[in-house]
Amino acid sequence: MTIAEKNTAELNETQDANAVELNGVHIAFSLPDGGIYEAVGETNLVVSDREFVAIVGPTGCGKSTLLNATAGLLKPAQGQVRTFAKPLSGLNKHAGYLFQQDSLMPWKTAIDNVAIGLEVSGTSRREALEQARIWLGKVGLSAFADRYPHMLSGGQRKRVGLAQVLIRHPKILLMDEPFGPLDAQTRLIMGDLLLSLWSADRKAVMFVTHDLDEAIGLADRVIIMSAGPSSRIIGNYTIPLKRPRNMADIKSEPQFHEVHREIWNALKEEVLKGYRQTEEVQS
Amino acid sequence: MNRLTLISLQVLVAVVVLVFWHIASTTTLIGNPKTISFFFAEPLAVGKRMVQWFMEGSIWYHLGITLTEAALAFIIGSLGGVIIGFWFARKPLLAAVFDPYVKAANALPRVVLAPIFALWLGLGIWSKVALGVTLVFFIVFFNVYQGVKEVSPAVLSNARMLGMNERQLLRHVYMPSALSWMFSSLHTSVGFAVVGAVVGEYLGSAAGLGYLIHEAESVFDVTGVFAGMFVLMGFVILVDWLVTLVENRLLVWRPKTSVISNR
Repeated sequence: MTIAEKNTAELNETQDANAVELNGVHIAFSLPDGGIYEAVGETNLVVSDREFVAIVGPTGCGKSTLLNATAGLLKPAQGQVRTFAKPLSGLNKHAGYLFQQDSLMPWKTAIDNVAIGLEVSGTSRREALEQARIWLGKVGLSAFADRYPHMLSGGQRKRVGLAQVLIRHPKILLMDEPFGPLDAQTRLIMGDLLLSLWSADRKAVMFVTHDLDEAIGLADRVIIMSAGPSSRIIGNYTIPLKRPRNMADIKSEPQFHEVHREIWNALKEEVLKGYRQTEEVQS
Repeated sequence: MNRLTLISLQVLVAVVVLVFWHIASTTTLIGNPKTISFFFAEPLAVGKRMVQWFMEGSIWYHLGITLTEAALAFIIGSLGGVIIGFWFARKPLLAAVFDPYVKAANALPRVVLAPIFALWLGLGIWSKVALGVTLVFFIVFFNVYQGVKEVSPAVLSNARMLGMNERQLLRHVYMPSALSWMFSSLHTSVGFAVVGAVVGEYLGSAAGLGYLIHEAESVFDVTGVFAGMFVLMGFVILVDWLVTLVENRLLVWRPKTSVISNR
């Protein structure tokens, strides 16, 4: 632990071990024509333990790619991913990942989907089911335990996904536009649910979104990424809004608008650049 | 439309066909009834023959033989298909090497194998089972292979992030996905198991529904041929209904619409 502390102290000048450190990470994909596409260029990012970080950027800027690298699903072309002061090799055991797409096992009921995360790590089935029932209650789905995913609405499926990830008590929560496909009202409700679950036992969160309102409402810190290719971090804003927050009410606070204006001014440029690039590629 | 109307309309179709058949084969309305009944038999005589078979009990023996052959073909073919399908899907090199041979074997019309199997395995049930296996195997094999290959990448990544090792992935992700593909092709594979059995019997045997039909045909007993066909039809419908029951139980997790569009 002392070595770990020394390492992180050198890197970040704080005493607690950082949940995630991306040091000079580059991520590239080989293209079918033999070329190489660099999705993410030179990125340095530190997420402290218990910190909620939102990552915002124009579409196709490699936000998800960054999460995949943190999860260990993707190996960076260059640089290093560290998690709790250890270099990452293989999958990130500390991380729980809520994917953008539907990723529940369609052949398992809601409760089995939630219980499986405990079962695979050796918890008895009875105990896992008991825990799963508690977690389904926390996400407000007690009555839907025996439904299969196709019998649930999009929002309900995301709730099951949240319970599935959180039941394992990951120290890092990675979320890739988790509420993207949901309608505006459901997004607000899901945001509040996430905040209430998160404030119970603060984990480090990396939350990718393209919705700036959502990012400011949820996070301690908002990271802005530039348009790809070779996108980089171009902005880092601490959100001074008090907690506990309420997703619907927070938008009427003047401070929210100040922060929003400041970040939007930085982001606007990049969004337009992103659009121009897609158009150039298409024409 | 409610259920009752639907059923009455369905029955009506059968009645109309039977009445037309009866009139054509017994009156001069369409043509010479002697000629027509020689080629198409008479519905009442066909019915009488079927009742006679069931009363005497001789048909049960033949049904039993055909059912045994079809069941064995289905079980052996499915097991083989599942095992090889899984193995190939998890070992891409193996799949790539054997790909042309699998395609070639599947392209061969299986009927031509019947004489070979009769030569190798005799005229008993095993030559029919073998023919059925060659039909069932490929259906199950391709479906299982596809099922393993087409696991949604998001579901797979999620399962890995939830801490599953290879064995657990196999049990909780690959296996259910592959089996769901296999089950959705259950109607086809069970149907082909019956086809294998009956065609095998038809081409050379001493028992079974195919044998019965072949025997009747060889003495121009058209009534016997039609009676055999109807018994076979009833048998297949019954088997298909059982498959539907099994399928509804096994695939409860599937949205109903996709099951319908799969057929």
